[in-house]
Amino acid sequence: MANTETEGVEPLLRLRGIKKHFGAVEALAGVDLDVPAGQVTALLGDNGAGKSVLVKSIAGIHEPDDGEIFWQGQRVRVPSPRASAALGIEVVYQDLALCDNLDVVQNMFLGRERLSGGLLDEDEMERAAAKTLAGLSVTTLRSIRAPVASLSGGQRQSIAVAKAVMWNSKLVILDEPTAALGVAQTKQVLELVRRLADQGLAVIMISHNLNDVFAVADRVAILHLGHMVGEGKASEFDPQRVVELMTTGRSTRQPAAPEALSQATVYSGELGKD
Amino acid sequence: MPSSAVTASGQPGPVSNDQTFGAYARGLWSRLLAGQSGVLPVILGVILIGIIFQSQNPRFLSPENLVNLLVQGSVFMLIGMGQVFVLLLGEIDLSLGFVAGIGATVMVLLVTYAFGWPWWAAILAALAVTAAIGAVQGTLITRLRLPSFVVTLAGLLGLQGVMIQLLGTGGTIPVPDEMINNLANGTLTPMMGWILTAAAIAVYAVVTIVRHLRRHRSGLVTPPAGLTALKILAAIVAGVTLVVICNVDRGSVRFPFNGMPWVIPIVFGVLVMWSLLLGRTRFGRYIYAIGGNAEAARRAGISLPRIRTMAFVLAGMTAGIGGIIYASRLRSISTSFDGGTIVLYVVATAVIVGTSLFGGRGHPLHAVLGGVVIAAIVNGMALLGLPAAIQLMATAVVLLAAITVDVVIRRRGETTR
Repeated sequence: MANTETEGVEPLLRLRGIKKHFGAVEALAGVDLDVPAGQVTALLGDNGAGKSVLVKSIAGIHEPDDGEIFWQGQRVRVPSPRASAALGIEVVYQDLALCDNLDVVQNMFLGRERLSGGLLDEDEMERAAAKTLAGLSVTTLRSIRAPVASLSGGQRQSIAVAKAVMWNSKLVILDEPTAALGVAQTKQVLELVRRLADQGLAVIMISHNLNDVFAVADRVAILHLGHMVGEGKASEFDPQRVVELMTTGRSTRQPAAPEALSQATVYSGELGKD
Repeated sequence: MPSSAVTASGQPGPVSNDQTFGAYARGLWSRLLAGQSGVLPVILGVILIGIIFQSQNPRFLSPENLVNLLVQGSVFMLIGMGQVFVLLLGEIDLSLGFVAGIGATVMVLLVTYAFGWPWWAAILAALAVTAAIGAVQGTLITRLRLPSFVVTLAGLLGLQGVMIQLLGTGGTIPVPDEMINNLANGTLTPMMGWILTAAAIAVYAVVTIVRHLRRHRSGLVTPPAGLTALKILAAIVAGVTLVVICNVDRGSVRFPFNGMPWVIPIVFGVLVMWSLLLGRTRFGRYIYAIGGNAEAARRAGISLPRIRTMAFVLAGMTAGIGGIIYASRLRSISTSFDGGTIVLYVVATAVIVGTSLFGGRGHPLHAVLGGVVIAAIVNGMALLGLPAAIQLMATAVVLLAAITVDVVIRRRGETTR
């Protein structure tokens, strides 16, 4: 189900006919997806729909059996996580992968520490980390030298996101970023997601929470049993249609009328969505 | 580099970001409440131990006894600094006691007349052997993914056997080399003690001031200047006190005897070296990262087997230094060396001061301070003439009390997940 809503502009990432089998199980049956820069693309689907497999194909964790990946218009292969990172793709997994005993700066630079004269250049790293966090308006931290163990869930999520965008990344993939968060912290993280897109990054957000999806997503892509059953602007969907597509792969409903949208988008006003 | 999209609105901090004393004190207080108390409770504990024993026996705080206590604790401190590397990973090395024993045995054998190696070559060979033992155990643990507890338990048993085998039927080999005996028994001249201490304080002061100025200039959050001055002042007071105590004559009228024992600069040197390695290099950062969250470290591209094996190598080598000091202090090595008890005391030294058995938290300084605590308790109770039964039970109570305080305070600081 290819689409033509990117207004003639080549999307940052374009997937065509991605297939993946695990033994006899067909996890992805020829999936197409466009991920434009500067927009939040929500990836939806029931358990087992193939969301994780699709994301792992992009992140280089397993290569698709068939299909094409275009990055900035060029056909690419993503055989390893390293190749994915080299393109500018960063994944923030649900478990965040932060070291509780290290502070914010140390976590953000883990594995890519800056050195001066063979020793760690703590001041330089602290400056760069502070700059990135300020750029993302992550301002609730008491100190960026506090160990991550002392932070709230929303703050951890923010640090994990900031860590991902620090490295000239162009596409950030967020796996259920709000799954474990309370209301206020969810809002904080969704605002951050919105800001990433506003700064020109492409964002793929996997989520089960339709409120979150309609709050920040510009585009929606719905997987059902390895098939892309709905893809397009968020304004063309409403929660009920999304649920039908997620559960049955079909929808009898017409695309939502613009009026219907205001009820669905809970946070949109506060988030300053375009 | 931050992505170009981010720099647009990214603001560097204000030009000057110095904290006032009040702000710093509030931050310190909240860190204390949050369980990041550092070594403060232990320093208070040492003072308390000092008061208790001094009130019972006025010889406890005599210069003679204090110096003796530091020398007694040095073997625990050194092996403990090795153990910290392994504990930081969330592993344990039960063999370190007998690794130290092997180091001592190898060194002593090589300087005996049978081999006649010079002292320095024998020491280097001993350290190479202990590092190699660490490498073998570390490789088994990291490559074959065997549990460190079992591998090093086998090491504890097997290396004791090797040691008895090496020492042969006599069971005791004296150290025929004066240089090696001096490592633990020799003292610096009073003047040399002053010079070395002054040099160490000067280096510390310069590094602290330079770091303060650099942070101040680059607009990072800087602790108050007065605090930096206070730290340097504290270092001066501590250094001067140490030298004064060491330089008091603790011999008899006929045999005057004073000066700082060589082991103090040796322990201090190892402490500085390992603190730098753990605190200021990538290797050290990765040790902490693996101990904190191995999966996160792996995803960050860190080679876990390499770093882990290296930690066991350093642990073995540092234990080797401890073994050399042990042999030097007794001027011999014998099959009565009890590496099994030593390694348990060594784990206690690190844990008492706040090194975690679950990894990710710890510092070589913990082993040194813990060594002081253990040595103070053992020494103090021996001075009071308490029987061994009471000594063991009291040590156990102190260990439990220390770990309880540490765990209870720390638990408050972590957000529940």
